[in-house]
Amino acid sequence: MIGNGAVIAADVAPVLEPLTAATGIFAWIWLLIALPLVGAIVLLTTGRWTNRFGHFIGVATVVIAAILAIAMLIEMMGRPADARAFEQTLYSWVFAGQFQVDVAFQLDQLSMVFVLLITIVGSLIHIYSIGYMAHDPDRRRFFGFLNLFVAAMLLLVLADNYLLLYVGWEGVGLASFLLIGFWQYKPSASAAAKKAFVINRVGDVGLSLAIMLMFVTFGSVTFESVFSSAGEASDSTLTWIGLLLLLAAAGKSAQFPLQAWLLDAMEGPTPVSALIHAATMVTAGVYLIVRSNAIYDRTVFAATAVVVIGVITMIIGAIIGSAKDDIKKALAGSTMSQIGYMVLAAGLGPVGYVFAIFHLLTHGVFKANLFLSAGSVMHGMNNGVDMRRFGALRAVMMITFGAFMFGYLAIIGIPPFSGFYSKDKIILAAFEVNLIAGIAAVIAAGITGFYMTRMFTMTFLGKARWDDDAHPHESPAVMTIPLIVLAIGSLGLGASLYYWGDIVEWLAPVTGYESRPIAISTTLLELITLATVLIGVAIAVLMYGRSVPIQPPQKVSVLTTAARNNLYDDATNDIVAVRPTWYAARFLVWFDNRIVDGAVNASAAFVGGASGRLRRLQNGFTRSYALVMVIGVIVVFGVLALVGLS
Amino acid sequence: MNPENYIVLAGVLFTIGAIGVMVRRNAIVVFMSVELMLNAANLAFVAFARMNGNLDGQVVAFFVMVVAAAEVVVGLAIIVTVFRSRRSASIDEPNLLKY
Repeated sequence: MIGNGAVIAADVAPVLEPLTAATGIFAWIWLLIALPLVGAIVLLTTGRWTNRFGHFIGVATVVIAAILAIAMLIEMMGRPADARAFEQTLYSWVFAGQFQVDVAFQLDQLSMVFVLLITIVGSLIHIYSIGYMAHDPDRRRFFGFLNLFVAAMLLLVLADNYLLLYVGWEGVGLASFLLIGFWQYKPSASAAAKKAFVINRVGDVGLSLAIMLMFVTFGSVTFESVFSSAGEASDSTLTWIGLLLLLAAAGKSAQFPLQAWLLDAMEGPTPVSALIHAATMVTAGVYLIVRSNAIYDRTVFAATAVVVIGVITMIIGAIIGSAKDDIKKALAGSTMSQIGYMVLAAGLGPVGYVFAIFHLLTHGVFKANLFLSAGSVMHGMNNGVDMRRFGALRAVMMITFGAFMFGYLAIIGIPPFSGFYSKDKIILAAFEVNLIAGIAAVIAAGITGFYMTRMFTMTFLGKARWDDDAHPHESPAVMTIPLIVLAIGSLGLGASLYYWGDIVEWLAPVTGYESRPIAISTTLLELITLATVLIGVAIAVLMYGRSVPIQPPQKVSVLTTAARNNLYDDATNDIVAVRPTWYAARFLVWFDNRIVDGAVNASAAFVGGASGRLRRLQNGFTRSYALVMVIGVIVVFGVLALVGLS
Repeated sequence: MNPENYIVLAGVLFTIGAIGVMVRRNAIVVFMSVELMLNAANLAFVAFARMNGNLDGQVVAFFVMVVAAAEVVVGLAIIVTVFRSRRSASIDEPNLLKY
């Protein structure tokens, strides 16, 4: 099944597709966003009486949106490749002189795959949440937030201009904040929510600055006009826009150096981790970069920066994932690493855009699968997350085990599972452009093999190391059915998208595609990658296959200690950002108290003192008042005589 | 008609009145000085009216007289009241309204 994908499509330059007005079924684009939005409004405003059936509203809106999206996909596939982009303008939103922005949607091949990912994986996770959150008194609120997230995410990928995208961008940030802190009575959860929000804000500043720079440069913020006139802007402007967009992407997608929030974000309920912090929201940065391909194609510096950030995150995410005992945090490290792959691919230019999105889709499915499986394990283990207290769960939860195994085989890239197709294409594309990036991608694939095998072995194999009061059991059908669907996706999505769905040809009109010759054969490269992965697997089996101590060993290498501490990202942020800000704030408080307030207080004291002396003139003697009046009249007349009257 | 002499006379009367207001302590005398200033102004008004050949200044002079009469009524009432309480008509005595 090793696919020989060296040349599967002719080189395609990204063309600016003509946008056709949305007719027929595409006139309902707005409904995709409106459905979950209405669901969110209903669930969040109606109060307690919807508690009993609120979750069904939440599920129904997303499922209907998914059905609508599938109908649109079928309609779109029936059209020629250059007539697959639609636009729908709802109304004029901002009209201030030169600055004209509409609330308008653009549905093209790129948006379409995102809409499908969001609505279908979103539907499955909504269904799963019915079971997972069954005992939570706030289940209705949870579904309201989830619907809000889906609406915002769809707005993000359907917007036809950067400003509307920004609204969706902030919307998913808000939903992420609300859902990470869903159990806000836990101090760790509310702190994690705040941390995610603050770090995301850094990225959001990048996006807003990029939008302003685009408006100043191009006079518009719609994709169409920005991309069509991108060639006219100066190199430095394009580089700045590219770097600012990269900053935005790094914040949202947990890329170095703004990655610290993602591990803490695991405080949220597991379906949230699956939907927002694995499958969809964290990939918004990749969407932003791929969508802005017209800019990155023209600025080598910014594109190189994207590759560097992707490679760094890919490696550090994998290293962190290798040392965590918390199953969700290990998966979060893995998510960082996999998004690093996507960002790396997106930075490679037309060689990689398509595969960034391809990997994003397969990753969205198999990582949601892994997270939901982990959630199923936690559900059966009293919400425990410590893998050192798991083990031997294969026998008691067969379906979860099977689903997790499919996800596991997919992420490490064993053919014919879906991760193999997408990840190998990225590694290949990396070699086509840069040897170092390619080697780094292969090494990261090896580490992926290690940490995923470690996770798999510690959780499902070996001896039982359960807590005394743990009675692991399989989850109810409402949770296992989505798992089975996602497991099938983990198995077949890669191959079906690649061979049957022609993902390359599908996306090429939007992103462009080219393939470059490389020195070694692709089959050999795939074998090398597979061998590296198997080495990682073998090391993990040797280390964790026999026995796992319940207490984490203390005598460990420097690297393990560092990885357990997330490679000291919090400490680094503390030194780089938090403390300087704190000292700056202290200085400003001092400045405010002493200098600003000092000036105000001094002038007040001066006026007070002067008036204390001046009021002595009010001495109560009528005759001196008369004298003052006479002097005043004389002075006035004197001045008039000198200046005015002459 | 040359108003110079009238104006000089009015100026002299006004100055006498103003100095009287500033230097005299007896409230009644201060009052008389005020009247002197008012009438100096009246004299100037009438002289100018005569010079210009219209009645505007004369009308103002009547107004001033009426206002002065009203002012005398109020002012003398205050002086009498102050005198009753303090047994003095000195204008320096009532100096409580101060800083």
